[in-house]
Amino acid sequence: MSVARFWRETPRRYNLGGSKCTMCGTVYFPPRAVCPECTSHRQSIEKMVPYQLSGEGEVISYTIVHDAAEGFEMQVPYALGLVKTPEGPVLTGQIVDIEPETVAIGLKVRATFRKLREEGASGVIHYGYKFTPLDESGILPSARGPAAPAPAKDAPGPERTST
Amino acid sequence: MRDVAVLGVGQTKFGELWDRSFREIGIEAGLQALVDAKLSSQDLGGLFLGNMASGALIDQEHIAPLILDATGLGHRHLPAVRVEGGGASGALALHQGYLAVASGLYDYVVVGGAEKLTDVPDETASRITSSAADHEWEVVFGATLPALWALVARRHMHDFGTTREELARVAVHAHEMGSKNPNAHYRNKLTLAQVMDAGPVAEPLGMLDCAPLSDGAAAVVLGPMELARKHTDTPVRIVASQVACDTMALHHRREITRLESTVVAARRAFDQARRIPSDVQVAEIHDAYTISALVSLEDLGFVDKGRAGPEFATGRFGPGGKTVVNTSGGLKAQGRPFGAVGVAQVVELVRQLRGEAKERQVSGANIGLAQDVGGTGATTVVHILERAN
Amino acid sequence: MEAGIVSYGAYVPRHRITPTEIGRVWGVDGEAMGLGLNVRRKSVPAPDEDTITISTEALRTALVRGAIDPQQIGALYVGSESHPYAVKPSATVVAQAVGATPNLTAADFEFACKAGTAAIQTCLGLVGAGMIRYGVAIGADTSQGAPGDALEYSASAGGAAFVIGKERVICRVERTTSYTTDTPDFWRREGQRYPSHGGRFTGEPAYFRHVTECAHRIMEASGTTPKDYQHVVFHQPNGKFPQRVGKQLGFTDPQMRYGLVTPAIGNTYSAAALIGLANVLDHAHPGERILMVGYGSGAGSDAFDLETTDAIASFEKGYGRPVEYYLENGVELSYAMYAKFRGKIHMGGE
Repeated sequence: MSVARFWRETPRRYNLGGSKCTMCGTVYFPPRAVCPECTSHRQSIEKMVPYQLSGEGEVISYTIVHDAAEGFEMQVPYALGLVKTPEGPVLTGQIVDIEPETVAIGLKVRATFRKLREEGASGVIHYGYKFTPLDESGILPSARGPAAPAPAKDAPGPERTST
Repeated sequence: MRDVAVLGVGQTKFGELWDRSFREIGIEAGLQALVDAKLSSQDLGGLFLGNMASGALIDQEHIAPLILDATGLGHRHLPAVRVEGGGASGALALHQGYLAVASGLYDYVVVGGAEKLTDVPDETASRITSSAADHEWEVVFGATLPALWALVARRHMHDFGTTREELARVAVHAHEMGSKNPNAHYRNKLTLAQVMDAGPVAEPLGMLDCAPLSDGAAAVVLGPMELARKHTDTPVRIVASQVACDTMALHHRREITRLESTVVAARRAFDQARRIPSDVQVAEIHDAYTISALVSLEDLGFVDKGRAGPEFATGRFGPGGKTVVNTSGGLKAQGRPFGAVGVAQVVELVRQLRGEAKERQVSGANIGLAQDVGGTGATTVVHILERAN
Repeated sequence: MEAGIVSYGAYVPRHRITPTEIGRVWGVDGEAMGLGLNVRRKSVPAPDEDTITISTEALRTALVRGAIDPQQIGALYVGSESHPYAVKPSATVVAQAVGATPNLTAADFEFACKAGTAAIQTCLGLVGAGMIRYGVAIGADTSQGAPGDALEYSASAGGAAFVIGKERVICRVERTTSYTTDTPDFWRREGQRYPSHGGRFTGEPAYFRHVTECAHRIMEASGTTPKDYQHVVFHQPNGKFPQRVGKQLGFTDPQMRYGLVTPAIGNTYSAAALIGLANVLDHAHPGERILMVGYGSGAGSDAFDLETTDAIASFEKGYGRPVEYYLENGVELSYAMYAKFRGKIHMGGE
């Protein structure tokens, strides 16, 4: 993969920057340019604003992968899950820091930051989100709310961080 | 729009065809279909070729004119078009060919499907075929096609109580059928225990829950129904050809255990054909994974949602059942050369409807359905065929 | 000093290996080795962890605990001797991953095991001078000892992040002092996979001389003696050196109780003293005085005279794991799995 191809997605892959439709309030990850939920699909164009996911979620399905995706060979067997976030979007990601056979539907997780893969020994390293169990980690969700650093009110969303 | 018939069929053996190149298998299937249709190449209007990943697999794009040329038709300057839709590429090409004939623009077209997966190492082939899923938001995060279908399986088991054994029955059935198909990649039979004890790929799916990586090609000749009797005594009419798409990534589906593209394509197809699922005697469905077959049976409307596991176990989709599925052996046993699959499904249906399926013939087969799925269901193509009497 | 610690967070990977298990492979009495080093277990990073991911975890914890807007971070430094890239900063990835880009300065620091404390000093200067609102200093490492080398029994992985600022300070920095010489006790040449060291030369002329001199100097400048401190934290390449240097300086075991973490997680190099400090802060009450003396081979020591404020009583520690969690938990690996995780198995190819 070219350097640029991964780099341009880092606001999403590093920070879970999604988007929200200002017409119907639906949240999307990765960001969408147009809202599939709005009855007037076309009117939502340019009405989508950046929206930061908290990184919390719940496993709604999972598998233990033995035949690895390219670049994940050293991690087999690894757990891969579909994680439903409280904001709405479902994400596909690895569930790490847990014995794979103990993953279950309903497991509460939070996003963590890990290496996804390396472009060989001399190429760039790609980083992004994976999920870790909330229970086993002993991490308590902050009483103040989101797990990820809260964005400033005056300049919300991931676009601030994408330059 | 005019009625379209299948006038001729051709297919190579599916499997690890080490001694045969992409062009060779393309030529073989295409010429067989032309001969079967007794079609003079002067009458041919064009070629539609389904293929998923020739560029990545054999370093060759622009393959539609390549196959046309290899078939000896290069100097005829016919239109040749490649069609890509992941694993549904073959059926999608058939849909295009159907539209071309139905519109009246062409009288006769060849629709081919071909894929050569063994010219790269297995891991490379797996990586390339996984690109039928969403590369940026699934594959980059560690997903493979079997892993994504395993996510469907796990949730299906959770929601509907589908069991490991019910999944395994699909593979046992496929190999039972495949054992009677000389073109099949696998002709060995399997026991439930063999399937359930096979090494894991992506739990709960094991090695024998997943279709193999195969080489192969298939082709059909389409023509207008009104000219069909010139070519064959047993024309088979395409009574429905429908395509439906869905979100690219599994995680964006409204329900991950439902192939909404299949639900919609099937509904449109049954409407077009003025038929209902119980009218179908033979069906070629997407059993690339045991779970994909069960979900497909539900979403095509053959059984209620969540009931495919137990219903399949009753034998109602096996020989002697009301609707016999995957008499070819399906993707699981006949093989899975991605772009060829959808065309091969129709080749099998035509053989069944003509009464030429020999050992695996379903008696009284008049109506057949083929369902070809790309990725985890971002594309479904459904065709319904009827024997024209 | 007006500038001090506003927030902090620590992170240690989940896996552990014991000296006994390492010794089993190399034909060495690992248990005796562990007792000699006072290291019971050391942490091991997963194959998908490195200094960048460890730094990010630690900093995210710190930012949530301190309710700090990442856009207010003016400087971010990652101190490590195991930056994943030889050229290309770890700090930029971490800054982007916490949402601190683009209006900040960032750089990687390297000074063997004291790059993290050097980063704190730099942040204190920038914040003190009014150039930035918050500075972030991170010490993190995934260090390795060569297979069978004495270092292999202790070299581990972990990180700690400290946010330096002037508002809502939970721990004041009264003073910082350094002591630096050219002493080649431990090094890794460009392109070499594992470090080399001077054996017992790393002791007296290196660690002990620098830590002792630096501690004396800061106490002299502050007009303090060991009994003025509730807590003391030293760089801890093993569990023995800090105990010995503490005794030599006149500190008691209760003063070292929280600051000594290496026996449970191994030597986290650039993070070692900082995780010790994080553990002290996890337990500290307002008005407690802390002496921290870092050490980096090559060689130098940075000392900090610290005092907790009333704000630490209401500081939000509910988010993220306390250091104690890492000291008490972990999943043990066999040497084979450890070797695989750490890339010590030759895979052919490349």
